[in-house]
Amino acid sequence: MKLKGRYGSFGGFYVPEVLIPALEDIEAGFERFRDDPAFVAELDELYRNYAGRPTPLYHAKRFSELVGFQVYVKREDLLHGGAHKVNNALGQGLLARYMGKKKIIAETGAGQHGLATAMIGALFGFETKIFMGSIDIARQNVNVHKMKLCGAEVVSVTGGSCTLKDAINDALRYWTAHIDDTFYLFGTAGGPHPFPMIVRHFQSPIGREARQQCLEQIGRLPDIVTACVGGGSNAIGIFSGFLDDKSVRLVGVEGGGKGLNTHEHCATLTVGSVGILHGARTYLLQDENGQIRETECISAGLDYPGVGPEHSYLKDSGRAQYTAVTDKHVVDVFNTFTRCEGILPALESSHALAWLVTQKGKLPKDTVAVINLSGRGDKDVGIIEQYTK
Amino acid sequence: MSVYQNLFKTLHRAALIPFFVIGDPDETTSFELVKTAIDAGADVLELGIPFSDPVADGPTIQKADIRALASGMTPARAIAFIQRVTAYRPIPIGLLVYYNLLIQYGMEKFFTDFKAAGGTSVLVADLSIDDADEIAPLVQKAGLETVFMVTPNMTEERIKEVACRTTGFIYTVSLLGTTGERSALSDAVRPLVQKLKALTDKPVCVGFGISTPEHAKEVAAAGADGVIIGSRIVKFIESNLTDPAAMKSQVADFVGNVKRSLQGGTCPRG
Repeated sequence: MKLKGRYGSFGGFYVPEVLIPALEDIEAGFERFRDDPAFVAELDELYRNYAGRPTPLYHAKRFSELVGFQVYVKREDLLHGGAHKVNNALGQGLLARYMGKKKIIAETGAGQHGLATAMIGALFGFETKIFMGSIDIARQNVNVHKMKLCGAEVVSVTGGSCTLKDAINDALRYWTAHIDDTFYLFGTAGGPHPFPMIVRHFQSPIGREARQQCLEQIGRLPDIVTACVGGGSNAIGIFSGFLDDKSVRLVGVEGGGKGLNTHEHCATLTVGSVGILHGARTYLLQDENGQIRETECISAGLDYPGVGPEHSYLKDSGRAQYTAVTDKHVVDVFNTFTRCEGILPALESSHALAWLVTQKGKLPKDTVAVINLSGRGDKDVGIIEQYTK
Repeated sequence: MSVYQNLFKTLHRAALIPFFVIGDPDETTSFELVKTAIDAGADVLELGIPFSDPVADGPTIQKADIRALASGMTPARAIAFIQRVTAYRPIPIGLLVYYNLLIQYGMEKFFTDFKAAGGTSVLVADLSIDDADEIAPLVQKAGLETVFMVTPNMTEERIKEVACRTTGFIYTVSLLGTTGERSALSDAVRPLVQKLKALTDKPVCVGFGISTPEHAKEVAAAGADGVIIGSRIVKFIESNLTDPAAMKSQVADFVGNVKRSLQGGTCPRG
């Protein structure tokens, strides 16, 4: 591997030897095409006219009134497919096409990355396989149907906890046996190098646009940028635009599930410890022997016991802070925000909104907080209904 | 000279190396099965510590890991288990382990304890040769041998690096993919073993997808020093979960058959 993919002591590529040639292949392809003028122009055109970039930055005035400071919403929920996942799927999908691949696979939790990959599979005429935990298939059935309509095959994963981590395991296993002709379109800013670097790159338009929009609309940088963190792709996408602006406080919000005093959460950075999973040295939720814990969270998209290695680095270096909110707070804010603004936020993104609510009364009125509304909540209406029962 | 090099030199045939997940399906039965394999003619044992997320393994061994974990197996108990095995019969033991388990146990302590239990070598399933430096010095300091993997899609440059860093044997993966039974042996085995034999004098053992005595014989004929059989053996456990006696007799028969096929046609020399 040309680059080692280290973020301080985190990251790397801790994978079985057999995967190394495949990772090297993707790294070489990415290095070759990332700045290639034809690639950049084509991706830019797809971002604009297929996905709907740039997304607006919206001043949520009624919600701002409620929390007592100024909340600006980066509307990634308006993108095609309903979430930021399309940014990365388009980027990697186009990369796969430039590299001459015809088959793609992906893992998915909530189904948003699976859906984005299935869309891109249809767009580019790929043969597409999506690995998804059987529990996630049950709780995100609409997305499963959409993936199939796009022509993708959805593989039900039944090993282990039947959620995202097991979908990644099975996708890696499948890739190991099919690396000759298959591109693994990894969905989050985690996993082995070069995925964290590639996913960050293709999600970075979020942060770049948000920074520019703040300067144009507010005339200054925000005080706070917040996003939910599961694997951490939407968060790294928006954080990346502000990392060098030391005055901007970066806050990642994890799934506190039923509470941090239980094991039913996915607050990896908040209460986890360092180890190695899915190819990266990073914070994990694990037992004292190093066995990975099964996580639980109302939002399938955050339900993962690891996290992208750059977030581990940002935590330890103090550049970003990470915290967690419980399912109950998330459901409350989902309802509140929808009633205030007429926007249904994804349960994932609602975690960041819920953290903003916890800051009520603690921040001056002219504080500007940008929240990455990474996806829309239409997919979660059934879950909210069930939870409220 | 290493334990393996000594052994392989005196055998004059390919070594038979059965694989078990320690604690599968439970600690007591697992120990009985390992003893059975030794009695039936195993020359070396490859033992795995169960992990919650074994990405290098196929469904058969993943299920074995789940069974072993459910029965309460931990890295500390696995080391005590190995101690009991080597007390039963001094036999070289290669360990297969996922990196996170080593890190949480404490690497130096783990290697020291494993050595004290009579262990021989360590293979970290999710560590490529690029990161050999993270474990090799500690493995050797503890008096253990290193095992690294060579795959059919590996560049010659990396193969040379593996040969250079290996002090035990080179674990050659006979096909692209995870562990698991296959009906036919991959065509890649013979050329890969021959290529390795031309590049290095380190012992070469072949694993992944070896499911019959005939496969084992083919691998031996290709020039391998050892034949590692995992999923086929673990399958005897999976297929007889309510009948430990059947597990034992099937493991004994199979290991015995493979042993005979490896011995067959070769007159013991010396």
